[in-house]
Amino acid sequence: MLLNQFLLLAAALFCIGVYGVLVRKNGMLVLMSVELILNAVNINLVAFGALTDDVGGEVFALFTIAVAAAEVGIGLAIVLLMYRNRRSIDLSEADLMKG
Amino acid sequence: MNALLAAALPVFTEGPSEVSSVTREANWFLENAFIIPLLPAISFLLILFFGKRMPKKGAEFGIAAVGIAFVLALITGAAWLDHRDNFDGQLSESPATGIEPAHDDHADDGHADDGHEDEGHEDEGEDEHAIGVVADDGSTSSDEVALAVEAEGDGHGEEGHAYVAVQNSTQWLQSGGIEFSAGTLVDGLSVMMLFVVTLISLLVHIYSTDYVSGDRRYTHFFAFLSLFTASMLFFVLSDNILQMIVGWELVGVCSFALIGHWWEEKPNSDAALKAFLTNRVGDVGLLVGMITLFFAAGGGQTFDTLSITNTINQGGVSHTALVVAAAALMAAVMSKSGQFILHTWLPDAMAGPTPVSALIHAATMVVAGIYMVARLYPVFWEGMQIPGSSINLLATVGAVTLVGAGLLAFVQTDIKKVLAYSTVSQLGYMAMALGVGAWTAAVFHLFTHAFFKANLFLGSGSVAHAVHSFDMKKDMGGMRTFMPQTYKTFIIGSVALAGVFPLAGFWSKDEILVGTGGWGIFGGTGGPGSYTFHLTMGMIGAALTAAYMTRCVYLTFHGEYRGGDHGHDDDHAHAHDDAAHHGDPHESGPRILYPLYILSGFSILIGLVNLPPGFQLVPESWQERFLHFIEPAGASYFPAVGHATPSWSLAIISSLIAFGGAGLAYWYYFVKVDGLARSTGQKLTELPNGLVTTNAWARAGHKVLVEKYYLDHLYTGIIAGATKGPIARAANWTNTHLIDGVVNTAGETAVRTGRQVYDKIDQGLIEGFINGSGRVSDATGQELRRINSGKVQNYAAILFAGAAILAGAFIVILAL
Amino acid sequence: METIADLDWLLTALVFAPLAGALVMALFPQDEEELHKRLALLTSLVTLGLGVFLFVEFDYDNAGRLQQFVDWDWIEVIGAGYTMGVDGMSLPLIGLTVLVMPLVFIYSWDHIPKPGNAKAFLMLMLILETGMIGTFVAQDLILFFVFFEVVLLPMFFMIAVWGGEDRRYASLKFFLYTLFGSALMLLSFLALFFLTTDPATGEHTFNMLVLSESAGDGIVRSTQLIIFGGMFIGFGVKVPMFPFHTWLPDAHTQAPTQGSVILAAVLLKLGTYGFIRIAIPMLPEAAEAWAPWIGLFAVIGIIYGALGCLAQTDMKRLIAFSSVAHMGFVMLGIATLTDFGINAAIFGMVAHGLITGMLFFIAGSVKERYHTLEIDRLGGMLVQAPKLGWILGFCAMASLGLPGLAGFWGEFPAILSAYNPAAGIPEETFRGYMVVAAIGTVLAAGYLLWLLQRTAMGEPSEEFANDPEITDVSTIEWIAWTPFLFLIVLFGVAPGLIFEVTDPAVVESLNNCIQVGCEVAGG
Repeated sequence: MLLNQFLLLAAALFCIGVYGVLVRKNGMLVLMSVELILNAVNINLVAFGALTDDVGGEVFALFTIAVAAAEVGIGLAIVLLMYRNRRSIDLSEADLMKG
Repeated sequence: MNALLAAALPVFTEGPSEVSSVTREANWFLENAFIIPLLPAISFLLILFFGKRMPKKGAEFGIAAVGIAFVLALITGAAWLDHRDNFDGQLSESPATGIEPAHDDHADDGHADDGHEDEGHEDEGEDEHAIGVVADDGSTSSDEVALAVEAEGDGHGEEGHAYVAVQNSTQWLQSGGIEFSAGTLVDGLSVMMLFVVTLISLLVHIYSTDYVSGDRRYTHFFAFLSLFTASMLFFVLSDNILQMIVGWELVGVCSFALIGHWWEEKPNSDAALKAFLTNRVGDVGLLVGMITLFFAAGGGQTFDTLSITNTINQGGVSHTALVVAAAALMAAVMSKSGQFILHTWLPDAMAGPTPVSALIHAATMVVAGIYMVARLYPVFWEGMQIPGSSINLLATVGAVTLVGAGLLAFVQTDIKKVLAYSTVSQLGYMAMALGVGAWTAAVFHLFTHAFFKANLFLGSGSVAHAVHSFDMKKDMGGMRTFMPQTYKTFIIGSVALAGVFPLAGFWSKDEILVGTGGWGIFGGTGGPGSYTFHLTMGMIGAALTAAYMTRCVYLTFHGEYRGGDHGHDDDHAHAHDDAAHHGDPHESGPRILYPLYILSGFSILIGLVNLPPGFQLVPESWQERFLHFIEPAGASYFPAVGHATPSWSLAIISSLIAFGGAGLAYWYYFVKVDGLARSTGQKLTELPNGLVTTNAWARAGHKVLVEKYYLDHLYTGIIAGATKGPIARAANWTNTHLIDGVVNTAGETAVRTGRQVYDKIDQGLIEGFINGSGRVSDATGQELRRINSGKVQNYAAILFAGAAILAGAFIVILAL
Repeated sequence: METIADLDWLLTALVFAPLAGALVMALFPQDEEELHKRLALLTSLVTLGLGVFLFVEFDYDNAGRLQQFVDWDWIEVIGAGYTMGVDGMSLPLIGLTVLVMPLVFIYSWDHIPKPGNAKAFLMLMLILETGMIGTFVAQDLILFFVFFEVVLLPMFFMIAVWGGEDRRYASLKFFLYTLFGSALMLLSFLALFFLTTDPATGEHTFNMLVLSESAGDGIVRSTQLIIFGGMFIGFGVKVPMFPFHTWLPDAHTQAPTQGSVILAAVLLKLGTYGFIRIAIPMLPEAAEAWAPWIGLFAVIGIIYGALGCLAQTDMKRLIAFSSVAHMGFVMLGIATLTDFGINAAIFGMVAHGLITGMLFFIAGSVKERYHTLEIDRLGGMLVQAPKLGWILGFCAMASLGLPGLAGFWGEFPAILSAYNPAAGIPEETFRGYMVVAAIGTVLAAGYLLWLLQRTAMGEPSEEFANDPEITDVSTIEWIAWTPFLFLIVLFGVAPGLIFEVTDPAVVESLNNCIQVGCEVAGG
């Protein structure tokens, strides 16, 4: 198996995720994109772990998944509250912190 | 007093035994002559402080002081005669010279209202005067010379010097190496002046008790009379030129105060100011002249009169300095002694009370200038080159004065003004006499003139006292019926003035004419120069004098009485108690008449003291008494003034000329005018003025005279008016607009510059910086604000971008 | 020169006593006017007493040497010391000051001008007194400068607060003009400081004794001329010399009477004193070069001041201009650079102080009675207030230089000295000045007698003929004025009293190249 494919896959996923974070207005989609980013990073970690026969890659990937799960929980909660307060989850409208 | 005696003792203890005790005691008076001015000075202070409370309002002090001063003056005069004779007796042929100032330790001063400290310092520097030829007493001559040179505080020339002036001085102060001393100088000239001043002052004092009685400022009047007498005596006894300046100014101030005695009326205060200021102009010359003499003569820097005259006479002073000094002093003489062209104050000074006019402006103050010239004669003798020439400034000014003033006397209606111009004219005689070298004649004329002029003035006062006016044409006339005594004395005075034999004026005036040396016909000449022009002027003057006095006498005493029917009080407005009796003039009281009698007596007799030599009708010992005692002939400080031999022909011709003038006037007035008045029944004031109305030239001439040669216009109108008017205003304008303008402009420019600086630079530039920096910060901030959009995605974008850049940088650095 | 130092507290006490009195006065409230007047008078009398003591202690045989000498360290960093001394030149002026002040205080007893506040008014005068006495005794340039400036502020306030209608302008003008002159003076002082070294210590010094000793040694001639020029302007403004005199008429006219009297009597002398104490002894060469110019300005001042007087319609302004004329005589005496001339100048200073001070007092009293000083409206004073009129006449005579009164000895010796100036000075120029000055006396008589005629003689004008306020001289005024009148006569007949004191000191101060003629070329 070549490393490159995994890296390429991870890069592609990462770019799609970054695109989604930066451009998409829907909050859910942004969260999903963040997942994508995290997962892309996971793939990288596992791939390099397998390459070097180091179990640290996989351990770290488990960390990442756990953190991602926590972070999504909080993110969803924020989006939910956002919806409840504003009836919309359009991120471009959320600029109350504008200075 | 003890000091005085102790100091006088050397006189007693030394000297040969031939010196009589009379001489010794007499010498005391000569040395202590300072007492004479001191007495009136003390009386001035007493009157000032206590006068109002005294029963006679202070006049007692004045009369007492002047009376005692007169007595002392007589005694001093007698002492002088004795002194002069005593040494004269030991003389051989050639007159000797020698001045030995007697220096004693006691303080003396003519000016006495002070607690003057007694320095007791002897003026040693001035003792060693150049001594001329000593009386050839044979073997003792060298001793006498030696003694004279070393003389210090010991006897004055008992060793046989022919002529000794007695000087007594003490140091007053010292400054910067220059010594100022005060002292008295007693010689013939001073003694004569003492006599004149004290006598006339005494008579005027007595006269004033009647004339000025009831006046609003009676006490003040007497106070100033005393002060004046003291000042004049102080001046006359001066032994140094600084003291002369002091006395000169003091008499000027007294004159100012007395002329302006009734200062409530502006013409009087105007006259007083005019007198003072005109004299001040002359004083410029006095100061310059005296200062020049101080530095140039006297062998160094000294004020001592005798030193100065001595060195000049010995020929040790540069001619330029003498010319400058003489010219400068001429200005002083011109103002004080009323010479043309500074004479204009004298007629106006008649605004003062008549006794003042008699005392000051006839007999004493105005002769101060003549006295000064006489005292400092070598200055003029050398400076103006009097001997041997035929014209010089002093003589010519005198000649012009005497004729010019004489002409002016013709057009006056005020009797005092006639007399004033007459005084100016006579002063011109004296000045001319000094200018031609006839020193004794001038001084003698001064002497005689004092008496008859005072007589005339007091007489006019007597008349005015009766009619309350001085205007002859309007208010007088026919007074001889009302006031016979006054009339008689006035006539005597006029005749004396006109110079009729044998009254006083004849002798003195004739001596002057002879002295001009311009008369060569029929023998009689030999004066110092040959001043023919001046002789002519003198003769014309004699004619004029006789003529205007005749006119004056006629207008006042003859004809019909014109006054009384208009309630016209004269503009001298003296408060007279019985002012009610206008139309009823009467003879004056004894206090007015007795002085008149005394003065008339003198006018008649006084001429006889200087009978000319060669006057065959009297014994020789009676001849030239005045000259003998007064003229310092042969003294080392007096030039060798030659004397002209008197000439009968001149005397006769000048008398004829005088009679001619009088006769012409007599004919005109007494015959023609009087007849006209009688025939037409018109009053004199309404008569046509004869020639003047018909002839244009006469009218023009008359106008010029009435306008006093337009000099007053020149002085008061043009010079004084310009100075205090346009010129002063120009100076003030320069001050306010130019100089102050510079200052104010400087201030304004400063303010404007400040404002500019403030606005442009401070507010503009500097504030600009500061404000600008603020604005820049603000703008930058505004710009940077836009990063905070509030949108999460933007923040995320920045985050990613930043991270990507950092990563890239990291890789690049790792790669390197 | 050698100095005599006996009582080193005396001068300090004399200078600062008035200031101490002022401080005591500051403690009491403003309302207690009587108390303040008494305190002020008491202080000035104490100062007078100290002054008399100084006179008594003065060694008249050594009048040429500085006496009561004090020399303490003060500002060591710049070389300024607390140096004071009295000699024959300062003594008469100190006497004048300590005598005039009590009389002014007596006069102030019922003459406090509007707007009142006696406390401040009197305190300011006391501070003035300190400044004046300090200037006359200072022997260090910085100390001199301090006291010289100290007198400016109180006078400024006196004019600005208690003065006439135009007081703002006049006070500001006075202050700024004098300060401008002082600035130049300070520059000159600094220049002297830097260009001179004390031979004893090798350092620069402000000590006037040392500077007089060195007398411009080592300073290039052109620099000397410039330094002297700075001092000339600085002192000349104060004198006042033409053409720096224009502050004087306004200041005098607008100032209250007491201010005018002090200004005329003492403050003007600070300038001339500066000349004879500082400018001439320290820079004799420059003095000789400048002398003809000083003389020129002096005689212009005499004539110009007199002409200005003739044009005035306000009595006080006329007297102010007469001050310009009189100080012209003083400056002429100084310009001759002879001891005789400078003696005459000092006498003239004292005489002018007494006479013009007296004239301003009279003007003040006239203003109080008539409420105007317009000469056209006045008249007939001799009828309504005869004694006042006679005193005016007396002072007029004194002012025009009548012999027998003090003024003569200020004018005549000055004119006399001009005939024979010091060695390096052109004689003909000064003889010309002498004639001009003599003509000035004529003008002086003119304006004074004309003033007398218009105000005192004649009949009173209708405006005031029946005015009950026009009373004669009051008791307070008599007490204040009699010493003046007495001294005017005393110094007139016994001028030796002053000349004896000043002569040795003046000779000492001219004890430099002026005696033989400083080099005219080179430098």
